[in-house]
Amino acid sequence: MNRQETTQVRMMTEVHEQTNQVAAAAETEPVFSVRDLSVYYGEFRAVRNATLDVREHEITAFIGPSGCGKTTLLRCFNRMNDFIESARVEGAVLYHGVDLYDPAVNATEVRRRIGMVFQKPNPFPKSIYDNVAYGPRLMGMKKKADLDAVVEKSLRGAALWDEVKDRLKQSGLGLSGGQQQRLCIARAVAVEPDVILMDEPCSALDPIATARIEDLMKEIKSDYTIVIVTHNMQQAARVSDRTAFFTTEINEESDRRTGVLVEFNPTAKIFSNPDDERTEQYVTGRFG
Amino acid sequence: MSLVSPTAISSVHTDVRKALTRRERNVMGLVVQMSMLIALLFTLLILFTLLGRVISDALPMLEVRGTTFLTSTIGSDPDTIGIWPGLYGSFFIGLGVLVLSVPLGVAAAIYLEEYADHRKWYNRLVMVNIRNLAGVPAVIYGVLGLVIFAGWLQPLTAGKTVLAAALTLAVLVLPIVIITSSEAIRAVPQGLRDAGYGVGASKWEVNRDHVLPYAAPGILTGTMLSLARALGEASPLILLGAITGRLPETGLTERFTALPMLIYRWSANADPQDATLSFSNAAASAGVVMLALVLLFNITAIVMRSRFEKQRVGQ
Repeated sequence: MNRQETTQVRMMTEVHEQTNQVAAAAETEPVFSVRDLSVYYGEFRAVRNATLDVREHEITAFIGPSGCGKTTLLRCFNRMNDFIESARVEGAVLYHGVDLYDPAVNATEVRRRIGMVFQKPNPFPKSIYDNVAYGPRLMGMKKKADLDAVVEKSLRGAALWDEVKDRLKQSGLGLSGGQQQRLCIARAVAVEPDVILMDEPCSALDPIATARIEDLMKEIKSDYTIVIVTHNMQQAARVSDRTAFFTTEINEESDRRTGVLVEFNPTAKIFSNPDDERTEQYVTGRFG
Repeated sequence: MSLVSPTAISSVHTDVRKALTRRERNVMGLVVQMSMLIALLFTLLILFTLLGRVISDALPMLEVRGTTFLTSTIGSDPDTIGIWPGLYGSFFIGLGVLVLSVPLGVAAAIYLEEYADHRKWYNRLVMVNIRNLAGVPAVIYGVLGLVIFAGWLQPLTAGKTVLAAALTLAVLVLPIVIITSSEAIRAVPQGLRDAGYGVGASKWEVNRDHVLPYAAPGILTGTMLSLARALGEASPLILLGAITGRLPETGLTERFTALPMLIYRWSANADPQDATLSFSNAAASAGVVMLALVLLFNITAIVMRSRFEKQRVGQ
C-alpha cells in the first residue's frame, strides 16, 4: 500500500477525532485516549499510528481480519505486552489523561484497574471460590465474611452464582467452557476494576454460551467500560456502541503485514453507512 | 443429477472393499517393533539379574544380623560390622542436598526463566554453561570440594567432614536441579501467568501463586533425581577422604563415610579366614539398604506428585 493511502487513513482518523471531540463535549471524558500509537515486535511494526478514544460505560469493539493488530492494541491498554520481551510502543495510551507507558507508571497498579478476560478461558487450578477471591486477597482482603460477600457478588455479576453456589469448593476447571469464561469474568470484576478488556472472549464457546456472555456484557456495562476484540462481526454489531475496524497493509520494512486502524465510528454507522470503502467491503463480507 | 445405477454401486462397492481390506505385510515395521521389544527385555533382564544377585548375596547377612547390621559400626570383621556411620553420612549428605541445592537451584531456575532477559548474550551463556556443568564428571567436583570446602572453608567445615561432603555433593547436583526446574517452569502455560497478571498480581505473586505450584511436580522429579544421584555418588567422597576402615565416632566435625563408599570398599576387601559372613555379603546388604532408601524417596515423590497433579487438572 502506498503513502497516499496512508495519509488518507491518517486524515480520516483525525477527522474522527474531531467529530468525537465534538461529541465528547456532550458526553463523558474518554477513559482511554490512544494517540498515534505504533506497536513493534523487534523491528516489525504490528500496529501503525492508531488513534482513538474509548468512552466510559460504553462497549468498544475492535474488529478486523486476522493479524490486523487488534489484540496487540488491546494488550497495550493494561500493559500485557510487557511480558513479550521484544515488544515496544511509540505514541501514547492515555488512561484518564495519564500516559500508561510513562516510566513512573506501575504496570501492576494499571492491571488492578484494568482487568482482562482472555480468548481461552483460563481459570486458576483452584476452587471456584479461590478463583474469585484471589484478586481481593491480593489487595489485602482477609476477613472471611468480606471475601464471601465479594465472591457471591462477583459470581452473581457474572450470572454464574445459581449454577455454582453449591459447589464453590470444587475446582474451577471442572466447569464447562462457557461457565469457565463467566468464572473468569467474575474473577475480573471481583477486584472492582474500572475497565474490562475482553480478547475474543467467545471464540472458544458455543452459540448459547456466547449469547449468555453477550447479555452479561450489556448488563455490566453500566458499571464498567468494556473493550472487546472480536472476530465475529455480528457480535460487534449486537453488543458494541462504537466499533473500530482494523485491516492489514503491506509495509516497506518487512514482508509481514502491519495492522492499521481504518475507521472508528459508532457501531450503527460502521454497519450501515461506513466512511471507508474497505470497512464496507469487510462488514458486507466481500473481504477478509 | 441422475441416480447411480445399481451395477455402478456394486462395482464401486467391490473396489472400495478390496482397497480397504487389503492386508499389507509391513515387514519393516514388525522388525523395528520386535527389536525395540528385545531392547526393553534385555534391559529388564540385566536389571533383574542385578537385583537377584544383590538380594541373594545380602540375605545371609540380613538374616543373621537383622537390625544390628544397621546400628553397628564399620570394622574388619564381617560378622560384627554394620553400616551406621554410612547411614549417618548419607543422611547428612541427603539433607545437605535438600537444604542447599533445592532452594538454590529452584531460585536460580525461576530467575533464569522468569526474570533474565533471554536476548542478552550473558544470560544465554549462563544457561549453556549450566547444561555443561551437569555433564562434568563427579570426580572433578571431588577436587573442587577438597580445595574449596575442605581447604579454604576449613574454619566452617572443620576439614574433611560430612559437612564438606554435603556441600560438595550439593554443588554437584545443583545443575540437575536447575535444569529440571527450568524445564518444569517453561512448561507452565502462558495463559495461567496472564490470568494472574490480569487481576493485578505482581510478578512475584504470579510466580509464587501460579508458576511454582504448577511446576511443582516437575521440580519434585528433579529433586528426587538429584537426591538419588547424590546418595549414590562415591568418587568425590574418595577425594574428600571418606573413611572405610574404622570410625568409632560419628559427628558433624569428625571424619565421615557414606553408604556408596562402604559398598565400594567392602566389595574389594578380603575376608578373614574364620568369619562365617563375608564382606561381599556386607556390600550387598549395604546395597539393598540403599536401594530401599531410594525406593522410599521415590514412593514419597510419586505420592506428592500425584497430589500436585490432581490439583493441576482440577480433581
